[in-house]
Amino acid sequence: MKGRVLAVDGDVAVIRGERVDARVPAEAGWRPGDLVDGRARVRAFGAADYPAPGSEVMRLPRARLDALHARARALAQVRALFGERGFVEVETPLLVRAPGLEIHLDAVPAGDGWLITSPEYQMKRLLAGGFERIYQVCKCFRGNERGAHHASEFTMIEWYRAYADLDAIIDDTEALVARVCTGVARLGGGRTIDVTPPWPRITVRDAMARWAGVAVAGDEPAAALVAAVRAAGIQIEDGAAWDDAFFAAFVARVEPAVAALARPLILEDWPAPLAALARRRDDDPRVALRFEAYIGGLELANAFGELTDPVEQRARFGDDVRIRGARGREQYPIDEKLLAALDEGLPPSAGIALGFDRLVMLATGMTDIRDVLSFAADER
Amino acid sequence: MYDTSDIRKGLKVLMDGNPWTVIEFQFVKPGKGAAFTRTRFKNLLNGNTKEMNIRSGEKLEPANVDQREMTFLYKEAGDLVLMDQTNYEQVSVSAEMVGQAADLMKDNLPCTVLFFNERAVDIQLPTFVQLEVTASEPGVRGDTSGNVQKPATVETGAMIMVPLFIRVGDMLKIDTRSHEYVERVAK
Repeated sequence: MKGRVLAVDGDVAVIRGERVDARVPAEAGWRPGDLVDGRARVRAFGAADYPAPGSEVMRLPRARLDALHARARALAQVRALFGERGFVEVETPLLVRAPGLEIHLDAVPAGDGWLITSPEYQMKRLLAGGFERIYQVCKCFRGNERGAHHASEFTMIEWYRAYADLDAIIDDTEALVARVCTGVARLGGGRTIDVTPPWPRITVRDAMARWAGVAVAGDEPAAALVAAVRAAGIQIEDGAAWDDAFFAAFVARVEPAVAALARPLILEDWPAPLAALARRRDDDPRVALRFEAYIGGLELANAFGELTDPVEQRARFGDDVRIRGARGREQYPIDEKLLAALDEGLPPSAGIALGFDRLVMLATGMTDIRDVLSFAADER
Repeated sequence: MYDTSDIRKGLKVLMDGNPWTVIEFQFVKPGKGAAFTRTRFKNLLNGNTKEMNIRSGEKLEPANVDQREMTFLYKEAGDLVLMDQTNYEQVSVSAEMVGQAADLMKDNLPCTVLFFNERAVDIQLPTFVQLEVTASEPGVRGDTSGNVQKPATVETGAMIMVPLFIRVGDMLKIDTRSHEYVERVAK
């Protein structure tokens, strides 16, 4: 029996081994905490047995233990990089009065409000308040999301740069991923992706034309996009909304193509109906300053050239609330404090939210998000 | 009604009047897009499979299917008669449902019977059964090259191929899916 002595009672010892606890005759001199191998006391087990037995964590599969160690190292790397780049780490409330209004997200109710779906409203208020480079690593909560790439409670890295554009954010993202993954992302099954900067970029329009055969302008009526999607041989119901038609084609054709690429991909210039909190391009208002970073089919991060116009922001929030209502989703209050901050003045800024759990998956080759969490939702 | 958060392997739903069970599912949510669950179903009546994207918010109708543990009693004119030990209710199902495995069924064998709208539509046998050899010629010494086998008859009357060392009275572990010998076991 190999394990750690939990207790010694007279001439009987309780040993916690890798799989089971056992009561065995105690040798003279055994004390709780000792590592024993057979009848011998040992200083440490071999490298193959690391980390040493002795806790509940011991019973986790070895691969999961390694992933959790990798997770801790990744977090240290994240903090080191942002420190080197002059960012201030901030913490904003997780329990808020006005959660994100994004149409396809469900906030989790808690206390006198909701848990955040992302810290973006609060962090933008800090930008308006005078910070120029801030980052945060925090838990976010999204109801009804559960899958190999989704956990209802997950960890986000979110950062913002005032007086900077999306190129600076792309540079941060590339450096961060390359550092945490030491240059090579692992996808499971032995597949790897070279993540050294710079990463290839393509606009959403070009990606949809190339891989889905669908021309997307960004200002066409929903019916026209539905027709174009159907003409490309993709199933979509009559009367579908613009975004549903877009994503039918995106999920069926673009995502699989992006997943097969040998390199990461920056997918930029999203159509205006999918702008969310991004500013429209001055030279083409049908698209917005938004990008997403994909690695091996994993959607890792979403970035905005931030919308700073309080009038347009209020109008978009109003649209979101109305669309949520029309689609039978819960309607949340508008964050008046964010709008007030925009009124006072948000500097031109760019920001990004990156899924830390997914980054750890890429660093470790784990293919299910549960394997990079201490305890998944069904293990709490 | 079920919604997408109820989807899990083994969930039984009614679609187009047929009972289907979920055999695979994957939650998909593109950033800023609507979530859906890519779901693979198997038809419980004919085994066909199909894949569908079920959008979050859509409902699925539960199928009136019921799995009951029953024990096999006897065969009767192409039918298998089974009994529910909890209420002594008996059902007959066509032996065709289990195919060749029917001749591996011994009385009191525990089985799982699937009912759809109160009608028995499928029966699952244990993966392995243990049966005694009642007849088998002694193996011919000499030819030991390769995987030499000989026929043996077991207590239910089924004939299966076994290694040469098997003798009358041996207890065999047999795979009901492949109708093949697995190993000799202690009595």
